Amino acid sequence: MPGSALLVSELALVFRRRRTWAMLAALGAVPVLVAVAVRLTSGPPTGRGPAFLDRVAGNGLFVAIVGMFMCIPLFLPLTVSVVAGDTIAGEAGHGTLRYLLIAPASRGRLLLVKYFGAAVFCLAAALVVALVGVLIGLALFGVGPVTLLSGDTIPLGESLGRIGLMAAYVAISLWGLAAIGLFISTLTDVPVGAMAATAVLSVASQILGQLPQLDWLHPWLFTQHWFGFADLLREPILWASFGENALLQAGYVLVFGALAYGRLSTKDVLS
Amino acid sequence: MAPGDTGLAIETSQLSKSFGTRHAVNNLDLAVPHGSVFGFLGPNGSGKTTTIRMLLGLATPTSGSISVLGRPMPAAGQDVLPHVGALVEGPAFYPFLSGRSNLLRLDAANPRSAAADRRRRVDRALDTVGLGQAARLAVHAYSLGMKQRLGIANALATDHELLVLDEPTNGLDPQGTREVRHLIASLAGAGTTVFISSHLLSEIEQMCTHAAVMSNGNRVAQGTLAELRSGGNGTVVIHTPDADAARTVLGGLGLLPGGEAAQGGDTAVVPHGETGEEGGTGVVQVPWPDDEPAPESIVAALVAAGVRVRGFALERPSLEDRFVELTGEGFDVAR
Repeated sequence: MPGSALLVSELALVFRRRRTWAMLAALGAVPVLVAVAVRLTSGPPTGRGPAFLDRVAGNGLFVAIVGMFMCIPLFLPLTVSVVAGDTIAGEAGHGTLRYLLIAPASRGRLLLVKYFGAAVFCLAAALVVALVGVLIGLALFGVGPVTLLSGDTIPLGESLGRIGLMAAYVAISLWGLAAIGLFISTLTDVPVGAMAATAVLSVASQILGQLPQLDWLHPWLFTQHWFGFADLLREPILWASFGENALLQAGYVLVFGALAYGRLSTKDVLS
Repeated sequence: MAPGDTGLAIETSQLSKSFGTRHAVNNLDLAVPHGSVFGFLGPNGSGKTTTIRMLLGLATPTSGSISVLGRPMPAAGQDVLPHVGALVEGPAFYPFLSGRSNLLRLDAANPRSAAADRRRRVDRALDTVGLGQAARLAVHAYSLGMKQRLGIANALATDHELLVLDEPTNGLDPQGTREVRHLIASLAGAGTTVFISSHLLSEIEQMCTHAAVMSNGNRVAQGTLAELRSGGNGTVVIHTPDADAARTVLGGLGLLPGGEAAQGGDTAVVPHGETGEEGGTGVVQVPWPDDEPAPESIVAALVAAGVRVRGFALERPSLEDRFVELTGEGFDVAR
């Protein structure tokens, strides 16, 4: 397919950058830290710390789950902000945007490809946290069947499946943010500005979500369901939160994708 | 407006671009013939790059129309641009990718370029500009000249009908400049139309068949190089000890310094009717505005009147004088 070459090239561009690997390594370090900290401090559970932390020592699979809980509020959105904020502004900053456009990559196609690259990074980031968590958990604690929130116990294979689902949930949660970053990225030629603005929005949205006075706004915040992946640890799975989240993120992708297209398609590329 | 077979590779009509209140380009009419090497001259900041951005669909005109390869721009960009290679406002690459990877990526962005021979075409283009050895080096290790060569290689990776090169020899050493000149000559010889912008007159003079001159967003001249040269006023220079007699004869031919009034008085570079004594021989200079009368008849008339002509010359203004005259300033003034 003739259009797919740019897509492959974009993925190579994202994943051949040292910056991308540094961010993925930093994300992978979180579950490692969790596991090592728990391993070194034996003793009765204190009940403090992130959800499920107490269960890590009993079953290494929970390292992955705790890792995702710890990364979703800040580390994951930060890395996604870097990649998404860089999409168009980075090309403009390098001056390569003009050469891509006269190659010619149409502005619509370029946006799609750029968003696709950012979305794949979201997935990769979530998978890295989950995968490293499972591996380090296996190494330090051993793994076994998981006892769910609902009290049922599921076998190891299915447990791994659940963790995969949770990683997917996390990735989808970040797609809305990636779309916002894509739009902000069309507004400037300075990638750092777009990255920072995107990261600030992800934090601001979570703060708004903490204010009871803004109850009416909460269902519309793209961060609203970020922690909802715990519902995948029930039997039967509560698909409602997965669906709600996916729908909300899809809405953000559509709205901010359209805004990004509106902006880029009318923009004079002077960088 | 889509003139299909006007024989023009680029045609603009009343093209204007404003940024706020600043008029970057003003009612520009360009006509670039197929197969020409067209020089687009002007001091820095005269609107050249803005025009090129509009030609390539990167910026939208405020008003006016553009046709490139017979199709309207920017509307037909996706059909036109695969046939256009370009270097716009200097080369630009991903510093963390190798030169070769950069070209492969930009080539992949063109949906019409064949994936099958992508690597071969890119390697050939790299060899053409002499970057074969440095192809696998990351671009952040490249010198300005090497980046410039890489930018030209990018414009050559596919065969194009039209090349738009913005300041192609910027940052190149004299050897590189010569190579670029030869490259452009060979491309033009193969039938490619080449549109070159430059603020360097000598560059245009050596490479181009046609040229347009920009000043402050306005086109002040356009035509073949010969037409542009002849646009200026020539000067008759006579070395003779009989200066007064010579002036009388010239006056009879309608060439007296007094004749300057008819030319609109923009011949300040020529010291009219000046006479200097150099070892008994005076120099008489008079403007020769309309290339009339023929030089041989001027000499014949002088000799017939007994003027001892020791030297006779027709001085054409150099293209450089002409451009200074047109743009009203030294050529590199805005740098």
